[in-house]
Amino acid sequence: MFWVTGKRIIKTGLLNFWRNGFVSLSSVWVMTTTLLVIAGLLFMIALLGVTLDQIRDRVDINVYFLPEALDEDIEALRRSIESLPEVAHVDFITRDEALENFRERHANDEITLQALDELGDNPLGAVINIRAKETSQYEGIANFLESDQVLGSDGSPIIDDVNYQQNKVAIDRLTNIIDSTEAVGFAISLVFVVMSVLITFNTIRLAIYVSREEISVMRLVGASNYYVRSPFVVTGILYGLISGILTLVLLYPISYWLGPKSENFFTGLNLFTYYTENFGQIFFIILGSGVLLGAVSSYMAVHRYLKV
Amino acid sequence: MLYFDRVSKIYSDESRALDGVSFSIEPKEFVSIVGHSGAGKTTLLKMILAEDRPTEGDVFFESTNIHALPRRAMNTYRQRIGTVFQDFRLLPNKTAFENIAFAMEAAGRTDTEIESDVPYVLDLVDLGSKMDNFPHELSGGERQRVAIARAIVNQPDVIIADEPTGNLDPLSTYEIVQILKKINDLGTTILLTTHNKGVIDSLKKRVITMDRGRVIRDDEEGKYVL
Repeated sequence: MFWVTGKRIIKTGLLNFWRNGFVSLSSVWVMTTTLLVIAGLLFMIALLGVTLDQIRDRVDINVYFLPEALDEDIEALRRSIESLPEVAHVDFITRDEALENFRERHANDEITLQALDELGDNPLGAVINIRAKETSQYEGIANFLESDQVLGSDGSPIIDDVNYQQNKVAIDRLTNIIDSTEAVGFAISLVFVVMSVLITFNTIRLAIYVSREEISVMRLVGASNYYVRSPFVVTGILYGLISGILTLVLLYPISYWLGPKSENFFTGLNLFTYYTENFGQIFFIILGSGVLLGAVSSYMAVHRYLKV
Repeated sequence: MLYFDRVSKIYSDESRALDGVSFSIEPKEFVSIVGHSGAGKTTLLKMILAEDRPTEGDVFFESTNIHALPRRAMNTYRQRIGTVFQDFRLLPNKTAFENIAFAMEAAGRTDTEIESDVPYVLDLVDLGSKMDNFPHELSGGERQRVAIARAIVNQPDVIIADEPTGNLDPLSTYEIVQILKKINDLGTTILLTTHNKGVIDSLKKRVITMDRGRVIRDDEEGKYVL
């Protein structure tokens, strides 16, 4: 009996979808719009995430050593910086490399290069470039570097300059922007999701409102709540499946069209590549949201009319 | 088998749809309930279907108080009552066959039973050829016959017909009444409400007359007196 009932419920659900063609079409249309909003949200989160990551990557502290600092002292300091828990990455640029970089940068500047050659000796010190895991941690690292412990083995200073104080304002502001962008992004996402869910819920409620008389007739001929409700839930799931597939198909040309634009406008994330590379994940999110929305809205909408 | 014990339904102080109604109906009886609009006929039938609850008093079906039934038992109880409404109340998205099959499915009958019983009852109401038509493709009389077929398919103990001929022409009315009589002859209790004097007078069965929520007459082999 269980299988027979299940078969009947699914058959009725499919038939209702087909016979209420116009209502089904409108529901699928609204739900597709909703799922596109959710997909847009996924894209926005991805773009925002990549952009913020890249901005974070660009924040760093440079430690400029005095030219006369000894290699062993610099090496010792480098190791102790690397051992700090807040530090993500340390780049070490030797005096020779620093000179090389300088020459490259000024390759077209004959006068500067001549002046450098006049000096004979390398006037540049070594540089350590530090990246922290979080932008908020730079302050701590800078404090460590500016403390008195950082001295050469003979007690003389080895650091010429730490460029944190110059960058401090910019870093602080960036930290704030990143924090608030994440918070605002999350809030906007939430509002969008709630709105789309409400719109879909109301559409399905209207679709079922049309059937309220039928629901009471079904109750009066002795059908159980379960038997009345389940076909509507099946129809709702079908709305979700069809809308989900429609959305996934529509996203293909949309992301193809937006891909190059997003690559130029933001920070090199091509939406089309993102879509095709993460298709599995997006497939489950979109289809899952559709099915869940359809099933839950139908379940709740029928509930009202079952009280006969 | 059906017993009303001082049943009242009060919507507000000024409107008493039912006022201390008591009567009983024996198995295999054919009872007509007559009265003006607003006399309480439909409210009375709603009490039997448990579509609405009485404010005071109880309704018994074979010594069970139907308004005290739990949900699951309510479904089983409703399957023992066949209902025919003035406005037919067929499911618009189902064919004649499916409308009747639905009542059988709700009662948990097998596919084999449905395949054999539905054409049988449709033949009984003379609609064997319109099995696959949707309600909107049928005339009023045909729709009402589908509704009757749906009401009898689960072999109910009682059939409740609420103004079944209210929307029909004289010929269809005659057909519907003949079908109801036939069903009654086969042993099913029938409870009919109507405004149609001709129907009541030709039936020569028990008539309960209601006025403003009260039973004012109850005659064996009654006539339409109002």
